[in-house]
Amino acid sequence: METVTSFGPGLAVLVSLIGAAMILIFGRYPNIRESISIIAGIIKFGIVASMIPAVMDGKIIELKLWEVLPNLPIMFRVDAFGLLFGLIASFLWIFTTFYSIGYMRTLKEHAQTRFFFCFAMALSSAIGIAFSANLFTLFIFYEILTVSTYPLVIHIETRDAMSAGRKYLLYLLTAGIFLLFSIIAVYHYTGTTDFAPGGILAGKGIPVNMLYLLFITFMIGSAKAAFMPLHSWLPSAMIAPTPVSALLHAVAVVKVGVFTATRIILYIFGIDLMKETGLALAMAYFVAFTIIVASLFALTHDNLKKRLAYSTISQLSYVILGVVMLTPAGITGGMLHILNHAFMKITLFFCAGAIIVASGKEKISEMNGIARQMPLTMIAFTLGAIGMAGTPPMAGFISKWYMLIGSVEIEQIPLLFVLLVSTLLNVAYFAPIIINAFFKEPDKELSYKEAPLFMLIPLILTGIISLVLGIWPDEPLAIVRIAVQSLTGGT
Amino acid sequence: MITDHLSVLIIAVGLLGAFFTPIIGLIRKEMCSLWASFIILLQFLISIFLLYQVIIAGNISYWLGGWEPPWGIEYAVDLLNAFVLVIVAGICFSVSIYGRKSLGFEVPDKELPLYTLYILLTTGMLGIVVTGDIFNLYVFLEIGSLAAYALIAMGGRHSLTASFNYMIMGTVSASFILLGIGYLYVMTGTLNMADISALLPSLYGRPVILVAIALLVVGLSIKTALFPLHTWLPDAYTHAPSAVSAVLSGTFTKVGIYALIRVMFTVISPSYVIETVPVMSILSWVAAIGILAGSLLAIAQYDIKRMLAYSSVSQIGYIFLGIGMANKLAMTGGILHILSHSLMKVGLFMVAGAIIYRTGIRNIYQLKGMGKKMPYTMAAFVIGALSMIGIPPTIGFASKFYLAWGALGAGEWVFVVVILLSSLLTAVYFWRIFENAFFGVHEDIKKDEAPISMLLPILAFAVITVLLGLLASLPIGIIEQWVTGVLP
Repeated sequence: METVTSFGPGLAVLVSLIGAAMILIFGRYPNIRESISIIAGIIKFGIVASMIPAVMDGKIIELKLWEVLPNLPIMFRVDAFGLLFGLIASFLWIFTTFYSIGYMRTLKEHAQTRFFFCFAMALSSAIGIAFSANLFTLFIFYEILTVSTYPLVIHIETRDAMSAGRKYLLYLLTAGIFLLFSIIAVYHYTGTTDFAPGGILAGKGIPVNMLYLLFITFMIGSAKAAFMPLHSWLPSAMIAPTPVSALLHAVAVVKVGVFTATRIILYIFGIDLMKETGLALAMAYFVAFTIIVASLFALTHDNLKKRLAYSTISQLSYVILGVVMLTPAGITGGMLHILNHAFMKITLFFCAGAIIVASGKEKISEMNGIARQMPLTMIAFTLGAIGMAGTPPMAGFISKWYMLIGSVEIEQIPLLFVLLVSTLLNVAYFAPIIINAFFKEPDKELSYKEAPLFMLIPLILTGIISLVLGIWPDEPLAIVRIAVQSLTGGT
Repeated sequence: MITDHLSVLIIAVGLLGAFFTPIIGLIRKEMCSLWASFIILLQFLISIFLLYQVIIAGNISYWLGGWEPPWGIEYAVDLLNAFVLVIVAGICFSVSIYGRKSLGFEVPDKELPLYTLYILLTTGMLGIVVTGDIFNLYVFLEIGSLAAYALIAMGGRHSLTASFNYMIMGTVSASFILLGIGYLYVMTGTLNMADISALLPSLYGRPVILVAIALLVVGLSIKTALFPLHTWLPDAYTHAPSAVSAVLSGTFTKVGIYALIRVMFTVISPSYVIETVPVMSILSWVAAIGILAGSLLAIAQYDIKRMLAYSSVSQIGYIFLGIGMANKLAMTGGILHILSHSLMKVGLFMVAGAIIYRTGIRNIYQLKGMGKKMPYTMAAFVIGALSMIGIPPTIGFASKFYLAWGALGAGEWVFVVVILLSSLLTAVYFWRIFENAFFGVHEDIKKDEAPISMLLPILAFAVITVLLGLLASLPIGIIEQWVTGVLP
């Protein structure tokens, strides 16, 4: 494959870093500060999008900066998979910025400068991770992401929030340590930490037991993906303001987790090694467990954001499930689900936030009849929820379809059932919300209206986009295909 | 050429400077601190130049008075000395700038003895590092230690006991070291390090040599506060004036470690201390216990300086662990950690001093709202603390990476776990401060930053921590070259 050097990926990371610095400088002028966020978001997306044509031509964009440690450079490489994630994160940042402005100003939240600063830092790291060419670079951004999201999680600074924050750190810093260990081990055995489509561990004479150990430490290291039993930080982190939950805990942070796990599975271990060692199948059943159990947990929660959090845990495991099928269809489904889930889940979180801002309600049992007051919000919510269940014509259907094909291809019928049962469970935990909202009589006269436009428009748009992605999935599919082709050599 | 005499000038400048300090102080007391900064700046510049010379032209050997070693005293500078010289002089210089306000507040009206001692302390430490003569090393060690006892004692009421305690421990340690040196001298008849190292191999196996090694190791371990010989350190660092705590934590223990490396790996041959007598492996296990114990003890503290002191005990364990494993990677990590820990810990102690200067608060649970009151100072604190935890891109991450890699490469799984686990413990005790200083206070607090002469060094250390973290290849290159030359 042809490689071109360009400053693009570096700039994409840098833009929001500069943005973050400027947010601090202009912290006392809210309007300038928020304009900076928006402008930085748009420029960032522009830079990322400008790399689409080259990648679609089958090129790979590289940028090698300096060596931090001997032979361990900070290096960016934009391939189709990284580009996909970069696009999602930077595109949704723009929406979330608008939404946050509406949310934070309506609720008159404190410490908004810190909030927008940390947000920009987190986005820089997410893009940095998307474009990392090696594990070392990825790790640097991974840790910055952990640290920069901490103030966002504990934003309200109550006792509960602080203890949720401690849990968040405990899980994610521990994950970081495991990841660091794995990276050092990979570097020790192979002399490199570069991602390569066939993997880098195969044929290096690493003992099989060590490979198993490495795989386990790597997966613990990707605890940002919230696999069970390493998931419990995510529901706790729902104490954060909703825009944070929306972007970070539906898109950036958790997706960084699955993105990292996918990179490790496909680009460090490689398809062949995963098959030979049987790790792929073991992992498949492991995440299948998460898919089902997390959905069951979701059923038990009355707090809307908590329910969404468990839904996220379950859906993230879809991505990994697709990837470890190791067939073209499975990988396609998994990668595509990163995109689809991002749009659907951010819509749902946006709606949850809009309900909080407009009515102050967080519990599903209190939401009877709110669709009369907030029809647009609830329609968007319904779109997202249908998509989660994987019903056509929503985006969720496409990715689930590929995964179903994948499970048949590898002749693992139990996995097929897992996917189907999970669909039912999705219906089971989303349907009551929708029924309550649309068909039940409110307990008393409701006086609130839709949320402010700053919040309403983003959530309608993301809702529509998740529908559009279901009807015309060709563009994202084309990007995913390039990634899959480079991995499997076939279609 | 004057450049030929640099390795002795760095000492001569300091001794003369210390001598003239009281005279200058008699004329104008305020001039003392400026004079001290000026002298140490000269030493700092010389040390940079020495490092540069060693890198481009190779090792420097200077004969005092032109007497050829082993008869005369030799000052021998190689990459390791030069590297440590720059660290020590750089830190002493920065803290002297910082100390102008901080010491003026905590130790009022004592400029004359204070700055005389400060220059002597600096010179003593530089002397330990620069000399190639083992008895000369002892002499400088005593100069530095005596200055340190006196400086600590200036910190107020509790500091006298702390200083006395330190003095007892320090004297015991010095006796051990002196005895060790004496035994080596008895056996070899020479005090020149290179000469001893040439004569020793034929004497290995003699019990006297073993005793000498044991005495030196124990003596230097007390000086460097290796757990469980650290008991003097927490009190001394807590009660000393903040600037003195900063300087001692960043340099004095490091110089002790330097001396240990020098004696074990160049005076005595590495293969002897690694294989024949497993000194190094014993040290590494002790260090591993020290890392965990130090961290746990730090978690139990609520006085910020005391917490930092225990954290030093833990971090010194890291350095010892790296040296004790004695493979190239771990050793590189250990020596790099001398640099990292100096940068981080000095920065953190300076922040603690700045907080005390402005508010008098030492209890970390009373730091509420400090993030709003002193935003720049606390930002520097965050960077230093993150580096202690080992979050990239900071220099603390680089050394931890090498230590863990060295442990993994040697198959020392226990050490891998200790190194990584301790990061978490470090996070625990620093995060308490973050939580208290930055969160939970909503009302507006008036900004009341530290004075600029304190803030600048603090910020400089924070910036260097990150910059060197991004450019860690540079120091690693120097260290690796030295390590490759020494280890087989």
